[in-house]
Formats: sequence, structure tokens, C-alpha cells
Amino acid sequence: MPDTIKQSEVADPEPPAIPGTTIFDGRQAMKGYALNKMCYSFNAAAARDDFVADEEAYMAAFGLNEDQKAAVRDRNVLDMIACGGNVYYLAKLAGILGLSVQDIGAQQTGMTTEEFKQKLLGAAR
Amino acid sequence: MAQVIGGITTSHIPAIAIAIANKSYDDPYWKPFFDAYPPVHEWLADEKPDVAVVIYNDHGLAFFLDQMPTFAIGAAHEYRNEDEGWGIPTIAPFAGNPLMSWHIIEQMVADEFDITSCQEMAVDHGFTVPMQLFWPDRGPDMPTVIPIVANTVQHPIPTVKRCYDFGRALGKAIRSYPEDVKVVVLGTGGLSHQLDGERAGFINKEFDLMCMEKLVSDPQSLTSITRHELIRQAGTQGSELIMWMMMRGALSDEVTVLNQNYHIPISNTGAGTMLLACND
Repeated sequence: MPDTIKQSEVADPEPPAIPGTTIFDGRQAMKGYALNKMCYSFNAAAARDDFVADEEAYMAAFGLNEDQKAAVRDRNVLDMIACGGNVYYLAKLAGILGLSVQDIGAQQTGMTTEEFKQKLLGAAR
Repeated sequence: MAQVIGGITTSHIPAIAIAIANKSYDDPYWKPFFDAYPPVHEWLADEKPDVAVVIYNDHGLAFFLDQMPTFAIGAAHEYRNEDEGWGIPTIAPFAGNPLMSWHIIEQMVADEFDITSCQEMAVDHGFTVPMQLFWPDRGPDMPTVIPIVANTVQHPIPTVKRCYDFGRALGKAIRSYPEDVKVVVLGTGGLSHQLDGERAGFINKEFDLMCMEKLVSDPQSLTSITRHELIRQAGTQGSELIMWMMMRGALSDEVTVLNQNYHIPISNTGAGTMLLACND
């Protein structure tokens, strides 16, 4: 193998896992395509109105699978990520639901929003 | 010939856009963050750059997963800010500099950096927040803009080394532009933060401060950080450090730190600001 290959960063098929972290890679992107596409549509105000008016019809129109639909019905962010959701697109859904990034942080870590904010303040020390 | 006069880094969190809209500059939560910007305003008022090259990542406004460029460069006459879906007020369009954009694109591709060129590109908070922070009044000295987008949304994202090398080629491309224009390069995003997963809320002050120091004194040393290690140390969205590396590569080897600030937290993030003047 030439040195130039050895010295460069090569794609590692199984890097050591980072706890509590899902790397949004091609596999996740394939899995979550319908869910993320629906969330991307929420850039348009009319799309947000359509979702609010009839969530089930809106999810069906984008072809979400049953796990993705259940995660959306439950407003469960960790489940959405497990179904391939990407947080940049999910943030647009969270906006419709009136959830801030501190709210979704709190939900994912099993804290109240106030506790989560205190945790963030604690990082300064 | 064009001249790169310096670089400015800043976080570009959407909460900042809301704080600007609400004029929360003296709010106790926001003051330690906003206090970093008046020295930048003074420097920009003195230097009056003609062009701002704005390096950021799109967060799902211009690009979706159907077509995800690794590096995209705007070549538009005008860049419009559009609705992102969750309540940031949209702001007026920014004037582009398409002739200089095309020069940069041509030089970058000749230098073997393969670019997605964009004659239309909506700009999201990753672009607008830094512009609002640095040019709050948008007065007569407002520079034209050249947006450059790096993919941090979907892995594989570009390596830290590739981003630094991209910046080196970008600096060369800018300096070869035949017009006598002064150019400032903005590296935006970061620093450590993670929005998703059970590790949400992760911030790594020690790593952020190390990066800010090395960015000035020895940026090459940061290029050995793998993408996986970057996520581990800086969080999933902390990968935005790659845009700071792109900016740093475009500057002269030696730079002078005119101002810097680091504050935790702004929203979920360790927020860093640096004003670097080129020494050449």
C-alpha cells in the first residue's frame, strides 16, 4: 500500500461507538429519508398548516413507515433519531410543536427543561 | 490584486437571531456574548472590506438529502434569506459578487477542489446570524458576499485536513483576483455542541479553548483530528469547527489576534468569537 493511503484518514466501517450519539451517515440517511423529507417540507408555512390540520394524512403523503409515524405521534425525539431522523430537519417539526432545543435536549436526557438548562450552565465551570 | 485582510469567527446559533430581533444585547444572559462584537465593528469600520467570503453550513434550507454537496460556492447576484420553519424573522437579501465567485470557483477547480456552483442559493441562519452580528447596521460600507457551504449534515463530511487545505486553496484563489479589493473571510458555526441523542447538551470547554489557541499558533496540528474524534470531543454539531479551519487556511500563515471571546452557554453551545488580522 502506498504511504499516501496509509497516512490519510480512511473510512472506518466500525469506529468505536460514542455513547448517546448516532452518527447521521448514509445508512441513517436511507432509513430516515421519508421522515426527513417531511420535516424539510416544513420550511413552507402552508406545509406546516397542512400538517397541523391533519397529521396522519400528512405523514401518509410522505410515506412514513409505522415506526416513524409512531415516533411523531409520541413526540419522541430519540425514537425519531432511531428511525433515521436528522436533528437539523427534526428541529423544524419541533418548531411546529413549540419545542425549543432545550426542550428536546431535556426530553432526550430525561430531565426537565430547567434541569437541562442548569446542566448547560454547568459546562462553563 | 485582491487582498485577504483577516478572518472573523463566530458561532451562528439561531437563538442569536431571535436575541437580535428582540434587541436583547444587555440582557444578563446575552451580554457576555454580545460584548465580543463592538471591537469587531470598530475594526470593520476602519478596514472597510469590499467583499466578505462567508463560510457556513446549511441546516436544511438550500439543500436537502436528495442532493448534498460537500462544498458549494454561491455565484449569485443576490442571496435571499427564507423561512426556515421555526420562527426566525427573515431579513433583507444580500448583494453577491458573481464575477469574483466565478473566479474563485474556476481557480479552486483548477486546484483540484471540485465545487458545486450555485446561481441561486437561499441562505439560512448559518449565514445571516454572522452577517447581523458583524454588520448590524448594514450601512453604505456593507461588503458584497460570497457564501461557501460545507456539508456538516450528513456523513461522510469532509475531513478536518481537507477543510484546512480547501482554505489554503481559497486564499490563493482570492489573492489571484485581479481587482484591488479587500476581502475578509468569515468562519462560522461551532464550537462544541450536541443537540441529538442521550448525549444532548454536551459541551467541551477544554477542547474548544485548545482549538482556539491552535487555530492561531499551529492550525496544521488540528488537521490530525479525525472526524470521529471531532464528534467525540466536540459533539455531533461541533463538527462545525471545519468551517473555522477553512477560514484559517485562507489567511496568512502568521496572524495577529485582535480580539477573542469564549462564552458558555449560548443556547446549547460553547460560543467562540475571534478576530484575526493577516500579518502579510
